Amino acid sequence: MRQVSVLFGGAAGDGVRGSGRLLARIMSRYGWRSFVYDDYQSLIRGGHNFSIVTSRKDEKVLAHWSRVDAVVALNQDTIDKHKDRLRENGVIIYDADRAKKLPQGVATVAVNASTIVREKRLAPIYRNALLMGALLKVLGVPLEEGLKVYEKAFGPETPNKQLLQQGYTLAEPPVSFNLSRGSAQPLPVLTGNEAVALGLLRAGLKVYLAYPMTPSTSILHTLAALQDRYGVLAYQPENEISVINMALGAAYAGARTAVGTSGGGFALMTEAFSLAGQSETPIVVVVSQRPGPATGVPTYTAQGDLAFVLNAGHGEFPRVVLAPGDVEEAFYMAADALNLAWKWQVPVVLLIDKHLSESPTSVEIDEGRVTVEEGKVVRSREELERLGLEAYKRYLITGDGVSPMALPGIEGVVVKANSYEHDEWGLTTEDPVEISRMVDKRMSKLPHIVEDLRARGPVRVWGDAGSRKAVVSWGSTKGAILEALRLMGGGFKFVQVRVLAPFPGEEVARELEGADVVVDVENNRTAPLADLVRLHAGVRVDGRVLKYDGRPFTPDELAARLSEVMEG
Amino acid sequence: MSVVKLKLDTGYKITWCPGCGNFGILAAFKRALQELFDEGRVRPEEIVVVGGIGCHGNIINYINVNSFGALHGRVLPVLQGIKLANPRLRPVGFAGDGDMLDEGISHFIHAAKRNADVTVILHDNHNFALTTSQKTATSPRGFKGRSTPMGNPEEPLNPDVLALTSGATFVARTFARDIGHMTRVFKEAIMHRGFAFVHVLQPCVTWFDTSKYYREAVYKVEGNDTSSLEEALELARRFYVDPGLRLPPRERIPIGVFYRVERPVYSDSFTWVRGPLAGDYSPVSVGKVLEELV
Ligand SMILES: Cc1ncc(C[n+]2csc(CCOP(=O)(O)OP(=O)(O)O)c2C)c(N)n1
Ligand code: SF4
Repeated sequence: MRQVSVLFGGAAGDGVRGSGRLLARIMSRYGWRSFVYDDYQSLIRGGHNFSIVTSRKDEKVLAHWSRVDAVVALNQDTIDKHKDRLRENGVIIYDADRAKKLPQGVATVAVNASTIVREKRLAPIYRNALLMGALLKVLGVPLEEGLKVYEKAFGPETPNKQLLQQGYTLAEPPVSFNLSRGSAQPLPVLTGNEAVALGLLRAGLKVYLAYPMTPSTSILHTLAALQDRYGVLAYQPENEISVINMALGAAYAGARTAVGTSGGGFALMTEAFSLAGQSETPIVVVVSQRPGPATGVPTYTAQGDLAFVLNAGHGEFPRVVLAPGDVEEAFYMAADALNLAWKWQVPVVLLIDKHLSESPTSVEIDEGRVTVEEGKVVRSREELERLGLEAYKRYLITGDGVSPMALPGIEGVVVKANSYEHDEWGLTTEDPVEISRMVDKRMSKLPHIVEDLRARGPVRVWGDAGSRKAVVSWGSTKGAILEALRLMGGGFKFVQVRVLAPFPGEEVARELEGADVVVDVENNRTAPLADLVRLHAGVRVDGRVLKYDGRPFTPDELAARLSEVMEG
Repeated sequence: MSVVKLKLDTGYKITWCPGCGNFGILAAFKRALQELFDEGRVRPEEIVVVGGIGCHGNIINYINVNSFGALHGRVLPVLQGIKLANPRLRPVGFAGDGDMLDEGISHFIHAAKRNADVTVILHDNHNFALTTSQKTATSPRGFKGRSTPMGNPEEPLNPDVLALTSGATFVARTFARDIGHMTRVFKEAIMHRGFAFVHVLQPCVTWFDTSKYYREAVYKVEGNDTSSLEEALELARRFYVDPGLRLPPRERIPIGVFYRVERPVYSDSFTWVRGPLAGDYSPVSVGKVLEELV
């Protein structure tokens, strides 16, 4: 076996998500790559949660598969809901104190997990370790790999280690998958949100402000937990309006700053987003989408905010919108976002979604590829003198539209930023000539931004470069598309659009030109990318494969739908 | 400390109505700054003024110091962001009653609650002046604005009581026709460590001319116990503005520093932040964190 999928299921609070991630880490040590999908509800106790871990020997895996080889059930509900996902020769590992009804003809491993933890006076959450032990035996993964990960995750004294061992010893599985050790280096397992947090830090983030909103919240949690190590600040103000206005104050003062939210929170931020455009204050806004409108479906996924993000904020001003497709890209593009914001003094949106934000994935990250691009920041009087800018104007008109940005606090220098239309000094103006000059100044950055983005790879092409069938998409659908490509044995070219504003029309046109069939894949109902492709690349999309039930595509489902549209 | 002489005027043409109370605020603020500079207590480059949107907000164009023109209602978040990023700066906000107590009231309560180390000066003219006079949170009940021609149906809010009960550590009231009094109060507010709120009674000669009313009503308190919240609240509550500005005023209105105490500001808790976050663009390594996630 070179690929295996395991589903962990239970009620909210049972620790299912933790188990999914731990397995991914264990597999990573064993030379296997993993992708973890967490399906959980917006509640704290009860309901049904599950995690699917898909692991592959030696090679990357970018999506979870809907059929699984093993189900680890903390309760009866899990078996009832997921037994049909089991492949032939699949195994159910279950807490025999909590589940009694099992399907006929399926291999099972019973563990009296509830009884064992109760006798040890431990909380029910410890059942996970017992079942994990049994699972490792089924998989044929050495117990030692599990023990190492558990010690790293829970510390040397944790009772989890002993329970893992006990589960491994007790289990007498009727089958073993006999997975063999991979040769790949062990890799870290990160969610998209963790990658965003680390990418921002690497690129010099000093202030992160956010009001909690799923699925963006774990960026705040990650940075809050790391802030003392890095001497930075992660803080939660009273609401999203305060978040972004505070962020603009911090950035004006000279701190590399980002904020994070989901669609609803970004809706509250839009007036200040436009202020960032007007005042030319560098800011990164991470928007992690969930199904809307309004409160929508908080803990599920969607790509329904593309048109909103592209058009958010009144008035006309340049913006950059970046859409990473997987966890590795989330790291590099979060760093790009901060660098672009400071280099061009514009607001930058990093547009992700629940599926990318919250799916732990084995990743290879080379931080050496990221540098801090300062932009035209001026920190001292000497620097200003060197530039010949003693009579400092915050909005000096320059060749590329970007003015030197002096930080307030330099002796003899006055830095005036303004929400009103202003002259070069930053003083309010209503003069028609001044107004158009300033509008032109800001917009004149765009061609330079386009050039800059071109060097960062606004479009990536995967699969059969010479194929006359093309799939075009953006964001987290990348994983399922690449897996579908593999499942179908190739047969199409995948054009991944990584920059949505300014839209890389030329690049997209070049890649789609000459294709007989172009299929747009999106996790939404109205296919905004198809409109952008037509508008900016002049290419008409022939088919749309859309999904808007809060769930991400799985490779098998997507392969079937793609075949249908491409043949049809 | 060498004293840098900075021309405090921008030369920008002032667009307030002749006689507007804002002129007094501008004069007193410039005088307060000049005295603080001359006394060597503050350096000009440390000052950042943040203006809201309304007649009051235009003040940022008239003073030649660092400034940020914020959105309507959002003076306080911007002030706090500046201070977080660079604690060496002294951000001073100019807000309107509509601006800070209608549109942005949540920020006011929270800034006071966390005792953010910023100063905010409220130009209280009891109406939205720039939008040609509608009621605000501080308009008296019965106030006839253009959106309430039959009279404001709501009771006004008392900003000083709100500041005190929300946790502000410096609360003062002053009068835009008394430049000497304002100058003293502004200087104390700027030098205060913690959330300093200055309530300026600001006549709007065009829409709600409180000049005569306040001149008769206002009296200076001195020798009050500024460490007593009870006493401060008692003074703060004495604030009645007649909707028709009938004279003589029914009650007298105290002005002065009502409250001044020392309490930790929220950012004192950020002990891990060493030095200003602003201006530091050195790359950091996240390699160890990645290693921990293997
Ligand atoms: C979000 C938003 N809503 C409304 C306005 C319009 N507006 C501009 S100034 C103002 C009222 C100003 O009143 P106040 O804050 O009391 O200031 P004053 O003009 O009295 O100094 C309003 C409502 C705006 N600029 N922004
Ligand atoms: S309308 Fe009122 S507040 Fe505005 S400038 Fe005129 S007098 Fe001053």
